[in-house]
Amino acid sequence: RQGAAHHAVVRALPESVCQQALRVEKGGAVDFARAEREHQLYVGVLRHKLGLQVLELPADESLPDCVFVEDAAVVCEETALLTRPGAPSRRKEVTEAMKIALESLNLNVVEMTDENATLDGGDVLFTGREFFVGLSKRTNQRGAEILADTFKDYAVSTVPVHDSLHLKSFCSMAGPNLIAIGSSEGAQKALKTMQQMSDHRYDKLTIPDDAAANCLYLNIPNKGHVLLHRAPEEYPESAKVFEKLKDHMLIPIANIELQKVDGALTCCCILINKTSEL
Amino acid sequence: MTTEVGSEAEVKKEAEKLEPDTAKEKPEEASESLENQKTEETEETQDSSSSPVPTSQSSPTSRKERDPSEGKGISRFLPPWLKKQKSYSIAEPKDEAKKKAEGDEHVEECERQLPEEVAELKGEAAAENHQTKTDDKEEEKHSVSSAETQPAKEDSKEIEVEKVTEEPEEKLEEETGKRETKEVQTTEIKMEKAPQKAPKKIKTVQCKVMLLDGTEYSCDLEKRAKGQVLFDRVCEHLNLLEKDYFGLLFYENSDQKNWLDSSKEIKRQIRNFPWLFTFHVKFYPPDPSQLTEDITRYFLCLQLRQDIVSGRLPCSFVTHALLGSYTLQAELGDYDPEEHNSDYISEFQFAPNQTKEMEDKVVELHKTHRGLTPAQADSQFLENAKRLSMYGVDLHHAKDSEGVDIMLGVCANGLLIYKDRLRINRFAWPKILKISYKRSNFYIKVRPAELEQFESTIGFKLPNHRAAKRLWKVCVEHHTFFRLISPEQPAKGKFLTLGSKFRYSGRTQAQTRQASNLIDRPAPYFERTSSKRISRSLDGAPVGITDQSLLRDLSATAAGPTGDEAAVLAKLKNGESREEDGSPIKSPPLELTQDGKNNSLKVDGENIYVRHSNLMLEDLDKTQDDLLKHQASISELKRSFMESTPEPRPNEWEKRRITPLSLQTQGSSHETLSVVEEKKRAEVGIEETVVINEINEGKIQVAIDGGEPCKVEQLSKKDSSSTSSESSSSSESEDEEVGEYQPYHRVTEDVIREEKEGNEDAKEVEGYTAKVVQCVESVIEGSKEKVSIGHAQVAEESLVEGNAVSGTPEEKSFTEEAKQDLREEREEEQLKINGDLSHIGIDVKPQIICCSEPPVVKTEMVTISDATQRTEISTKEVPIVQTETKTITYESPQLDGSAGGDAGVLLSAQTITSESVSTTTTTHITKTVKGGVSETRIEKRIVITGDADIDHDQALAQAIKEAKEQHPDMSVTRVVVHKETELAEEDEG
Repeated sequence: RQGAAHHAVVRALPESVCQQALRVEKGGAVDFARAEREHQLYVGVLRHKLGLQVLELPADESLPDCVFVEDAAVVCEETALLTRPGAPSRRKEVTEAMKIALESLNLNVVEMTDENATLDGGDVLFTGREFFVGLSKRTNQRGAEILADTFKDYAVSTVPVHDSLHLKSFCSMAGPNLIAIGSSEGAQKALKTMQQMSDHRYDKLTIPDDAAANCLYLNIPNKGHVLLHRAPEEYPESAKVFEKLKDHMLIPIANIELQKVDGALTCCCILINKTSEL
Repeated sequence: MTTEVGSEAEVKKEAEKLEPDTAKEKPEEASESLENQKTEETEETQDSSSSPVPTSQSSPTSRKERDPSEGKGISRFLPPWLKKQKSYSIAEPKDEAKKKAEGDEHVEECERQLPEEVAELKGEAAAENHQTKTDDKEEEKHSVSSAETQPAKEDSKEIEVEKVTEEPEEKLEEETGKRETKEVQTTEIKMEKAPQKAPKKIKTVQCKVMLLDGTEYSCDLEKRAKGQVLFDRVCEHLNLLEKDYFGLLFYENSDQKNWLDSSKEIKRQIRNFPWLFTFHVKFYPPDPSQLTEDITRYFLCLQLRQDIVSGRLPCSFVTHALLGSYTLQAELGDYDPEEHNSDYISEFQFAPNQTKEMEDKVVELHKTHRGLTPAQADSQFLENAKRLSMYGVDLHHAKDSEGVDIMLGVCANGLLIYKDRLRINRFAWPKILKISYKRSNFYIKVRPAELEQFESTIGFKLPNHRAAKRLWKVCVEHHTFFRLISPEQPAKGKFLTLGSKFRYSGRTQAQTRQASNLIDRPAPYFERTSSKRISRSLDGAPVGITDQSLLRDLSATAAGPTGDEAAVLAKLKNGESREEDGSPIKSPPLELTQDGKNNSLKVDGENIYVRHSNLMLEDLDKTQDDLLKHQASISELKRSFMESTPEPRPNEWEKRRITPLSLQTQGSSHETLSVVEEKKRAEVGIEETVVINEINEGKIQVAIDGGEPCKVEQLSKKDSSSTSSESSSSSESEDEEVGEYQPYHRVTEDVIREEKEGNEDAKEVEGYTAKVVQCVESVIEGSKEKVSIGHAQVAEESLVEGNAVSGTPEEKSFTEEAKQDLREEREEEQLKINGDLSHIGIDVKPQIICCSEPPVVKTEMVTISDATQRTEISTKEVPIVQTETKTITYESPQLDGSAGGDAGVLLSAQTITSESVSTTTTTHITKTVKGGVSETRIEKRIVITGDADIDHDQALAQAIKEAKEQHPDMSVTRVVVHKETELAEEDEG
């Protein structure tokens, strides 16, 4: 079931995120206090509103980007693939705390040891039926191959990503079988590619702003479809589009500060749904 | 090598039994055919001059003897399979010497066939005839001692005859196997001739089919049974009604899997003995829950378990465990702690690399399935398996345009492109406008994307031509099965379609679902046999290995004492006419004897039947340069052809071909031609015509050389019209080389557009008729030698049968006679053909252009007449030239039988002429559809001109060689050598 989760892994943000976090383009300085508030709100929603068991890893000041746990591991069912992030400065995010956390959850942990492979979790879109892997500056073919080897049940298709940091910088799953996609040319092109590659027909939800197209969908027992999306204050037009989703429980989340360092809603957690008991 | 007795006896026995008056020849011929197959194997590579031509001089009726030197000269350069002609120039029933000579071969043949026979015969073993046994012993002795006495032969012969007639149903034991070979074959001939006289023995071949549960099913099939027969038997054995999802696989080179085409004869498809198949899911239903019967789902489960264990269907650890647990539930029922101790699991195999951890997981999951019935467990298994990304994906190795290794996966929804494990592209069926292959290239033409204007064609390089064709066929079949409501009808006459006409002929998924809804039987009981057995035999090895072990096992059991014999059998089998993709040949080699009986042309000892191996002609992938050059020449050809389209100027050969004989000398419209020919005539010293006709699929067609004038004209009109309208396509020759398939042919409403595309296709898929330039009516100096070569994909190995004839029409009167004879013969053939015309209506849609009369091959006779006429004309203006004309025809046996057996629809015809210094090559390509099966026939006429300095034989041999190289997938089925030699006046005087 797409979006089903009972656990989530998050990581606190280090203060170094303000100065040293990688970013595509220079922007305003990150207000750490505000960023932290936003993040706490985010974690609070997962933990309290949605009832997930949230495993929160401590921040590591030597890893300014460590709050973006999504890039460090791809978890699908009982298997977790520890990635080899495209940015060398982020490699340590994977090997230490994250590995231990995932193993503690009794996941079948697979490590990407091939030195020629790079993969950021932000480039991996799992639709519930198949994977799309963006081939970006951070993710290469070899990384995608290892992902395909790890999740043998699923088709893994590659999607070239040129204009954005990650594949999921402009898209995400917004529901079962529903892809939220940004309006930019690059986003639309990527969507076409994905549609062509797939045996399955997905519904699409076109979001005016690429950044807002990254939303976090969950399927929570007794709550049904839940969608964390960017707040109307940030992206009013996009928020209107989300508001048309009548079947979803919509939870606007502000992500103003972390967006300055390319952070998006999906970036800050790893959702885990193990079908069998631990 | 000493046992002529046995064969002799058989021959006579058979003859008497079957047809006392004429039949003696038949066994003879049959034996010849066998012998030829064999000798061909051995001689194929030998220099023809070095191999003896036995009994060539002993054929009393062979006119060839009149000028043996000539014939020898040619035969010296002919391929061995062609050369054989002399030996069999005529089947002389009383020719004792010949019989003896063949006896050796014969028995040997029988012995080689023994294992097979034994296997067959064992199956039906029943009452034992004591007399037979004693006879057999006697026979054995005979065969052991080389010095055989005539009386003994006679004895055994008579006894056998008695035996056969008295106990038609008798079962022969091993010892009789040898003779049985003979008998069976003759019987088969008999069948052809007179079905009402039901044969007492039908030659059968044992088939073994590995079933999905790991057991083996074997049955005896009539040798010429179609794939459908075997498939139906297997399904019957399995009690399977929803069988359209399944098929029979056989393996080439142990790793190339091929689907047995139900609509075609088995023996035309499978190369090796024993006939070994695996029952396999062919179309994986995307939603197995829609299958009607549990038993069908069960077989699908078995297939998937195989796929999983072999690694063909990759799964994650969890999925392996889950599927394994459903397998346990289905086969063992609920988990029982007492019964299912800790080891029960390890007897099963669930994954290529099974670990203890996985087994534990399987057991753990098995416990949770309590209460599931076997059918429910199977359903759960399938629900999980169908979601696997590689479920139902048939993978093929290929390279992309940049030479990168990729995999092409054919599935229900379309074509998937993989690089390593990653899907890098996908072409859903609705996106694909056309699928084609040419040689080892595979192409898809894709609809333009939203903002694009033009369709794009994407090419892939397959490892070889066979692989390309295999992929193409799989695509055609999958598209038809999953996308269409009903299978596409055979190509219509109004569209020019090139290359293979292969289409899926079975039921589509829609149809089989419909049919399944009508299934009204209580759910059949079946036992879910343990997957232990399969699992163990597979042992986690890759797919290919499984099959190899299978092969090994079967050949060990079936082939008899030695592997050598099996090999020989296989070779013999190859010797039988076969085609890769052709329609069944209605007349097997033995057809030949039929002609003998009919006392038709062949009986007159004028033809040699040649059959030869496709194997030997396997195309070697040409270099890119070659391809480019080739392309260049093709466009040149096309251009020249287009230019000449408005009023195609027939070349000399074509003119003759389309011009009734009677008109040729009288009609003013043909004076031009005559003049041209005069010119040639004047200087021609020697004319040699060699016609090698190779027909596709063993059916007659081609050279329309006279016959009844009006009919010929009719035909020729069609020829020319189709030529002009479809002149842009020069690829028709390449039936095997190219194939295309337009998924939307039927769907698209815009017919005009489709037609357009068809034309484009024609351009794209051009064949490679070598360097051909339009060149008509050039004056040729010196002597002429014509070689006309056609190609067919049928025959695999040469089989020389029939008789050589050589005529020396030195006088007008003789020619007239010859003409008369020819007429008669032609009429005979036409009668035959007309008699079969009724079939056309059945097979063919009304709008298709029907040939009122299938083309008839009688080139050699016409040539003679023409030559003489031209000689006459020429004598008016030039010094009298005495010429000697000789015609030899080498022909494949199936030619005639098929001519009589089937009529066709002419799709297209074209003629191309090219010229080099001393040779003029005229290529005539005709395509016909007969009963839905396409046939491409190329006839080449090569005129080799020159004076004595030129080694005509060498040139001829070269021409034949080139023809074979040009069309490696076709085989030469007919060669007519027409040699005209100018006799020096001084000598004559």
